[in-house]
Amino acid sequence: MSDAIWAISITWLFVFIYAILGSVDFGAGFWGLVYNPRERSRAGEIANRFLSPTWEVTNVFLVLLVVTIVAFFPRAIAPLGTGLLIPGSLVLILLTLRSAFMVFHYSALRFRSTLRIVSGVTGLLIPSLLVIALPILAGGFIDPETDRLLVGKLLSSPVTYAYLAFGLSSELFLSAAFLADYSREAEDSSAYAVFRKYALWLGPFTLATAVLTVYLMGRQAEWLRDHILEEQGWFLLSAIAFLLGYSALWWRRKHPERERGFPRVAFVCFILQFALASYAYGAAHLPYLVYPTLTVEESVTNPAMFDSLLISYAVGMAILVPGFIYFWRLFLKDKRYVGRG
Amino acid sequence: MDDLTIARTLFGSSLGFHIIFATLGVGLPLMIFVSEVFYQVTNDRRYTLMAKRWTKAQAILLGVAIPSGTIVAVQMSLLWPQFMEMVGEVIALPFQIELFAFFLEALFMSIYVYAADRLSPGLRILSVFLVAFGGSASAVLITSANAWMNTPTGFQPTEGGITGVRPWEAFFNPSFASSAFHVLISAYMTGAFVVASIAAYRLLRRKLSQSEIRYHHRALMMSLAIGGTMSLITAFTGHWAGQVLHDHQPEKLAAAEGLFETQSHAPLALGGIVDLDEQKITGAIEIPGLLSFLAGNRLDTVVKGLNDYPRDVWPPGYVHLLFNLMVGSGVLLILLSALAGWFGWRRKGDRLPQWLLWTLTSTGPLAVLAIEFGWIFTCSGRQPWTIYRFQRTADAATQAGDLWVWLVLFLSLYMLLLIATVVIMSSYFKRHPLAEELEAVVAEGNG
Repeated sequence: MSDAIWAISITWLFVFIYAILGSVDFGAGFWGLVYNPRERSRAGEIANRFLSPTWEVTNVFLVLLVVTIVAFFPRAIAPLGTGLLIPGSLVLILLTLRSAFMVFHYSALRFRSTLRIVSGVTGLLIPSLLVIALPILAGGFIDPETDRLLVGKLLSSPVTYAYLAFGLSSELFLSAAFLADYSREAEDSSAYAVFRKYALWLGPFTLATAVLTVYLMGRQAEWLRDHILEEQGWFLLSAIAFLLGYSALWWRRKHPERERGFPRVAFVCFILQFALASYAYGAAHLPYLVYPTLTVEESVTNPAMFDSLLISYAVGMAILVPGFIYFWRLFLKDKRYVGRG
Repeated sequence: MDDLTIARTLFGSSLGFHIIFATLGVGLPLMIFVSEVFYQVTNDRRYTLMAKRWTKAQAILLGVAIPSGTIVAVQMSLLWPQFMEMVGEVIALPFQIELFAFFLEALFMSIYVYAADRLSPGLRILSVFLVAFGGSASAVLITSANAWMNTPTGFQPTEGGITGVRPWEAFFNPSFASSAFHVLISAYMTGAFVVASIAAYRLLRRKLSQSEIRYHHRALMMSLAIGGTMSLITAFTGHWAGQVLHDHQPEKLAAAEGLFETQSHAPLALGGIVDLDEQKITGAIEIPGLLSFLAGNRLDTVVKGLNDYPRDVWPPGYVHLLFNLMVGSGVLLILLSALAGWFGWRRKGDRLPQWLLWTLTSTGPLAVLAIEFGWIFTCSGRQPWTIYRFQRTADAATQAGDLWVWLVLFLSLYMLLLIATVVIMSSYFKRHPLAEELEAVVAEGNG
């Protein structure tokens, strides 16, 4: 593999990790808004308990992604920075509000309802703005003369909304599946029932929006649609992973009194589903970073920097992975935290 | 304003805002760490209470530091795309490694804040140490990138591009060591003085119990000791950074000192306003020979003047003022901590006199201002370059228009956050008064 392919693969890995973590994180914010604490179900509380310690770490992955793109593809920064100025700046403003209120609510109870609204609303807006980068990169929405974004064209194009529907639906689907698993870990069957129900509804809907997006893509980015159809095999595997995970939500438990479903199996299958599909989407997007002006080969950094970066990744990950595992055990496994009620 | 000025104003405001929180995010964990260690040594539970209350403040500040840092990181690519292209090619390493430090800080901050009750004392100290270490490492790494902008190395310019990139040479560029040391120590200094300000302010209240006075007095003396020591070291590292300027960025030193003619026995100008058109400095007190001595340790060191360089690469004249304000604040901080130390030693654990406490409340804001002056000085003093003698700021800026919309939006956001931070801080500490927590701690200690 060439440097460029290595670089885009690592970048892809970070995009994927952030997509999953971000979906769960922003989705939990949204569910926290929908389920208010005064109601009988503890679903909202479960969502917020997960969110409190994790959002900072999730946020670092976003910065990691930006820095990785700058480091690996410096020659893409000028066109990307100019083209994505508007959605990028909006994301920053919303993200700042969200993060600030996240911390403030922990310190001052009277801001709790403001926080729920801020975190819930931004939980839908930020992912929308992030997913909008996909149709922009697929071409046709950046003025070739000035590199500026054609906002009117972007907003009047049906494919934009298909991407949006797909993005939001995936976000809520993944977070519902995750929170179902988290509720099971917390042994809270009412919250589990709520999130399982949403996952069951959102799963097929997500699949439908994906098909719609590919269909509408034909008008705007024919090249990408054609490439995607060539990757059919991967998408088929992705669909199988989905069906397997979906069925896991129906499997019966040994103890008849417990709710149906194996949410851990389901969530792992869904991650696999998204991994396969986004790998296929990424492969179909090659060789372009931004169609039609920028390929990965043209924008990759020099070999000396590339080698140093790889070494720094290896060392950095070796130091951080134990930290992540410790973190996971404290907040996602430890019954004293998860099941606290 | 033209787009370039707006871009600079916008990015400058983002940095100026972030620096306050970032600096405290480096300085406060050191204070928390020190008081956790003090507790282990003295077994006095008041120190854990100090650590606990400062951690609360730190967690609130982090709520602004993390997103404002995210803004700076992303806005750099959005506003200065051509500059970031060079960053990616030559100086990507410190940014990349900084992220790992950032991860370490975020992970263990969450652990320290949300899981404190489940950690053993050893693990608690380790967690807060890793938070402090992550913050300090971030400061050093980011300074490496900024130092590279001042003294770029590790590549050869060619027609329309660069070649022969040596990433580690860029990382350890000539001004890295002096700048990083200066930034790190001054952040420790600022964290300590902000704590000192608050403790001094609390001691001014009339109705205080004996145990509250002892608590605040201890916090005050501890933070003044750390702040005073750090401000002294900051002065030495600043002197070192000045000598690096003399060797590697002479026009910046000339502008900082308002020196137009190249000369030996160059005088040091204190105060005054530099007029670039008239080529003179008015209202300054000049100390003969001192600039030469500071720049090269000898009175006959030849210091370059601005006239040796073409007019269009001169930094703006106001950097002299910024430089003086930075140095002046630093000197004042050293004197104030020495004064307070002398009084504290004479009074042996009694409250300091009212007038001195009043004066000491100014140390925190003064330290923050000194940091701001310093950063504005180093970045305006580099103008018109964004990468010294390689890329002009005008050539680095984005081509996207209508930037004023973002300027208005982001400035409003910063105002909102500043107000929110103050409101949240005061409301939290009002609901958790020291007297109550102190009583609980003392009761626990006796029981």
